[in-house]
Formats: sequence, C-alpha cells, structure tokens
Amino acid sequence: MIRAMRRAARAAASMVAVLFALASYVTAAAQGVAWDGFAQSHVAGRTSRVDCPTGTACDFPAAELRGQLKAEGRNSPGNAGFLGRFDLVRDAAIDDTRLVTREAFGGLTFEKAAARLGRQVITWGVGDLLFINDTFPRDWVALFTGQPMQYLKLGSDAFKLNVFPGAANLELVIADFRPDNTPTSRRFIFADPLPAGLPRRVVEPGNGAGELEVSGRLSGYLDNWELAGYFSRTHFRSPAWRVAGTGVVGTFPRLDTVGASVTGPLGKGVLSLEAGYYDSPQDRAGRDPSIENSQFRGLVGYSRQLWEDATLGLQVYGERMRNYAAYRETLPAGFPAKDHVRKVATVRFTHLFAHQTITFNFFAFLGLSEKDRYLIPSLRYAFSDNLWTEAGANLFGGKREGMFGSMQDNRNIYLTVRYAF
Amino acid sequence: MKPLRRIALLGFAAAVMVSIPARAADPSADEIVKRSLEAFYYAGSDMRAKVQMKLINPQGQIRQRDMTMLRLNPGKSGDQRYYIYFHGPADVKGTSFLVWKYPAKDSDRWIFIPTLRLVKRIAADDKRSSFVGSDFTYEDVSGRNLEDETHALARKEDLGGRPTYVIESKPKVVVDYSRRLSWIDRERWLPLKEEYFDARNEPQRTFVADKVEQKGKYWTVTARSMKNLQSAHRTEVVFQEVEYDVGLKQDIFTERYLRDAPSQWIR
Repeated sequence: MIRAMRRAARAAASMVAVLFALASYVTAAAQGVAWDGFAQSHVAGRTSRVDCPTGTACDFPAAELRGQLKAEGRNSPGNAGFLGRFDLVRDAAIDDTRLVTREAFGGLTFEKAAARLGRQVITWGVGDLLFINDTFPRDWVALFTGQPMQYLKLGSDAFKLNVFPGAANLELVIADFRPDNTPTSRRFIFADPLPAGLPRRVVEPGNGAGELEVSGRLSGYLDNWELAGYFSRTHFRSPAWRVAGTGVVGTFPRLDTVGASVTGPLGKGVLSLEAGYYDSPQDRAGRDPSIENSQFRGLVGYSRQLWEDATLGLQVYGERMRNYAAYRETLPAGFPAKDHVRKVATVRFTHLFAHQTITFNFFAFLGLSEKDRYLIPSLRYAFSDNLWTEAGANLFGGKREGMFGSMQDNRNIYLTVRYAF
Repeated sequence: MKPLRRIALLGFAAAVMVSIPARAADPSADEIVKRSLEAFYYAGSDMRAKVQMKLINPQGQIRQRDMTMLRLNPGKSGDQRYYIYFHGPADVKGTSFLVWKYPAKDSDRWIFIPTLRLVKRIAADDKRSSFVGSDFTYEDVSGRNLEDETHALARKEDLGGRPTYVIESKPKVVVDYSRRLSWIDRERWLPLKEEYFDARNEPQRTFVADKVEQKGKYWTVTARSMKNLQSAHRTEVVFQEVEYDVGLKQDIFTERYLRDAPSQWIR
C-alpha cells in the first residue's frame, strides 16, 4: 500500500508539473480563453475491521492524486462559448491512471433560447442529496468515499435546449445513456446475494432511436415561489442483475418519470416540496424481482439559519412501491426484502467559523423504515484562497438489510487537500 | 455706548435671524438617513460595477474576492434586484448570487454552484451575517431599512473637508450593535464614515468611505473599508468600471442568467 502511495505521489508530482507547464503555455498563447484548475490528493481509509476478499481495495478504498484543468471561452459578442474540464487521475487504490472528461461542451445563446451540445452536468430538483426528478447520472462511489461534492454528479453526453418564452423557462435534454458509478467489489464490501464465481457483464442501452433519453423541465415563478414540472424518458442507472446462462448480466431497464417541485420562503426559512412518479415499463406488474417496481417518491424539506453562519436543513423523504404483494411473492429466497414504504429523514447542519475559513458540516441520512443510517461529518479549513484541506468521515450503520446499513463494512475517514490555481 | 449697544443688539438679532432659517433648513434625521440610503444604495435606475474585496486578517494575510455586481431598481416600491458573479478566487469562480430585496420583508436569495450546475435557494434571515467572510454584512452590501432604527441628528461637523451631519441610529430590535454614528455628506448625501458600538458601548466596527468620485450623474463611494476593532480583521473594497443607467433588464435577475451568466454584463 505504502509503495503504491509513493508511486502515486511520484506520478502525481510529474503530472502536476506537466499541467502547470501546459496551462501557462496555453494561457500565454490563447486570447480570451480562461484557464484554471487544481491539484488534489484524496485518501479514504477504511475504519471497519473486516477481512476483505482479494481484489478489494481494503485499507484505502480511495487513494488518488488528481489534476484538473478547465478551459472556458466565449466569442466577443458573447453568444457562443465552450467549456472543457478534464481530470488526470492517478488512482492508487485500484492501480489505475486515467484521463477523465468531466465536461466538454459548446453552446450558443440567443435572446429567447440557448443550446448546449456535449458532455455537461445537469442538476434539477429541490432535494438535498435526495433525488426525485433529477434522473441524471451520479457518482455514488465519490459520495461514499468523501470526494468533494462536485464529484457527486457525472456529466451527461447531451444536447440541451433552453427556451425562454416570457417568464417561463423550458429545458429539454436529449442524452445518451450513462450509468451511475455504483459501488463495486473493487473498493467496497457488501453482501451480494447473486451467485459468486459466475462471470458478470453489463449491457448498456445503445444509441438506437428508441434508447435515447429525453428529459424536460418547465419552470417559472409565482411571485417569489418557484414552480417546476418535470418528465424523463430514461433508464434505471444501476444495473438490474439476472443470471443468464453461464453468467450474470446487468441491464438498465427503462424508466419513465413525471413530477413537480415547489420552493419558496416560509417563516424565516425556505420550504421545498418535490414529488414524482417512477414508472417501470418493463415490470409494470411488479413480478420481475430483478427490475425495480414502479413507485411514488416525495420529499418535504425546510432549511433556515439558526444564528450567524449556522444553518440547519431537515428533509423527510418517502418512496412507496407499487404492486408490493407481487414483489414479495416473486422475491427469491436470500434477497433482503425492501419495505413497502421506505422513509428517510435527513439533517444538515453547517457552521462557518473564522471569517468563513473553517466550515463544519454534518449531514445525516436516517433510515426511518430500514433502521439504518449514514452520517457524514466534515471539517474544512482554507489556508488561503488557493489551498484548503478537508477531513471527514462516512459512517454507515444500523440494520444491515437497509440501503445504508448494508454499507457498514465500508465506514471510512477521509482527507482531501486541494491547491486551486 | 448707545450706538454700540444697538449694533450689538442688531448683530445679535441678525445672527438669530440667520441661524433660525439655517436651523429650520436642516432636514429631520429620518430625512437625512433616507436620502443617504437613496444616494448610497439606490443611485440610478440600475448599476454595474466590478468589485474587488480584500479580506485582511490581523497577521496581514490577504484573501481576495473579485466580483461583478449588477443592481436594478425595478420600480418605486424600494424593491431591488442584485446579481453578484464571482470571478475569483479560482475555487469559487463562476459562483453567482441572486438577491431579490424588499424593504419590508426578508430577501429572497439564490446561489448557483457551477461545478454541480446547482441552483439553491438559501434561507435569508441573515442580513447581519458576514458577506462571504468579510467584515461587511449582507445589510452593509445591499442596504438596510430606514425603519429598522431610530435616528437622531447629533451634530454637524466637517470631516476630511466635507460638511457632514452626524446621525446617531439605534436598532429597534436587539442586533449585534447597540448604536451607530454616521457622518453623512450634507451635499452628496453619501455616508463618509460610520462607527458601530456593541452592547457594552465599546467601539465595534468602523466604516470609512476612502474615495468618493462622480460617476456619470452620481457621486459614488469607489473605495471603502470596514474594520473590526475587536478582532483587527479588516476588509477593503474597490469599485471599478462603475456605470449607472446602463439598461439592465429584469430577466437578468432570474434563474436563467443565474445558471448562465449574462456575458454582455459579466466580463
């Protein structure tokens, strides 16, 4: 492990040097293109005392050095622009070096419309780490290993069109399928009811006309309240596994969603409401245990300032499975049964200190129905405008049958250091 | 002696006659503060400025915030819209704030976090909270309500060669300061200095208008500083490229432009 870290450190040092050289060269050469980026180290150490299977990054589920370079530019009238954001990662945890295109898109802006084409991050909805109408890809591995919050979302390869007729904002997204980055046995330990030893593969939806994803949002203001309606014609983003022949195949079943949200001031705080219906067209009857049933989802959130530089946010979230009886009848033995209504509460407390150079943040997922929890305390200190460090933890606990409880052998503490330029 | 006495008497009468109209010409303290708020926070129908803010700790270490600020007064109601875009430091570049401010109730406030493409409405019951870690509060940046304090004219005096009214203001509800003194320019109506006192009446913060310039039709404080006398932390702010009545439209101050900064104005 230590040798791997040392190797990673050397690789990162040379990588950062190359990035700096490249950045200063291009900055000098290009006119009107803004370059910036950062170098970052991130390590998460497992605190659960467990024996890992071979092939799982046991002591350090995350140990990486990362350099990011971002280029952004516009033409002089300001109606055309581009953005590129690239990460070079030396990932010592799984012994991998990769170049990641986080975002790369071009855009055109008109008086009443705007369009963007390329890889882009899209975020909708009013939930805080709870998602209903935002069906765009996410990186759960980043969340569970304490990566900075910007890594929670993955870019979609998409064409996005915004139209602004009068006061409303209409957004239409046509995207290629991209799965979530879900925990695997390379970094995580969890009970796996699927037969061990069988080869596994995933089959992603292709780019056929019927498989493109289409999402839309219509939003507007009613006085100082914001209302939005949403739809998505998409796919589940974590694989539905089934044994097929001599292997285990993961597919991404179709998913259609519709929903709405509203947010506005209430008392001294902000109230958020969001609801949606998840239609699972490949398992409407609910009799296929490998495919999620259709469900209703809803959340209520409220956040307000407690005192100077201290904010509290609370949310209650529920998802109600349709055709629950069919689900229970067809669920194979050995698979943990989900609740008919899954309820989760969240708490976020943030306190800033010392002219906002110190940030204490505590986020908790509390599984009300599954009796599990996921707590994320963190403390960040900004040494200067360029350099910050954050220490934190991902503490899973409670009943092992729960979504968060099943992760409890992956409790970890993490440390991030970032130098931004 | 008689003529002399008469002259003295006449002189006295003249002095009284001169001073009475002068005294009567002084506007009320409320009127002075009202005009000052208008001059300082409401000049023009809109404004655009590049704002550089330096946060300086007692050890002299500097953190810097570079922003573009857009402001619109959409009508006569006293409502205002603010758009603040962060050009730097690198880690917050592209972050923007949107504020809809109302005279009689809490502001609506949104933040856009560019790396997540996330628009978030933020609870805004914090007008006395620090603005981005500086010694200025949100209220110092976007203005306070006349009725939040009682105002009294303490005296008139010259400050740095300018004639001023010295106003003592006391908040009607308990906040972090118990009173403040403002030196308000008698001709330009801008605050040239403010001293805040805490609950024990100890000096707490001092605001100084370091540079006042005429920009277009309006006198503008183009350099200002706020010093916390108790912590020795201070903040220096410079306004550049100040322009008034540039024709900002109301739709700039909506989610569309929060997500995608209006390049015509944010350069």
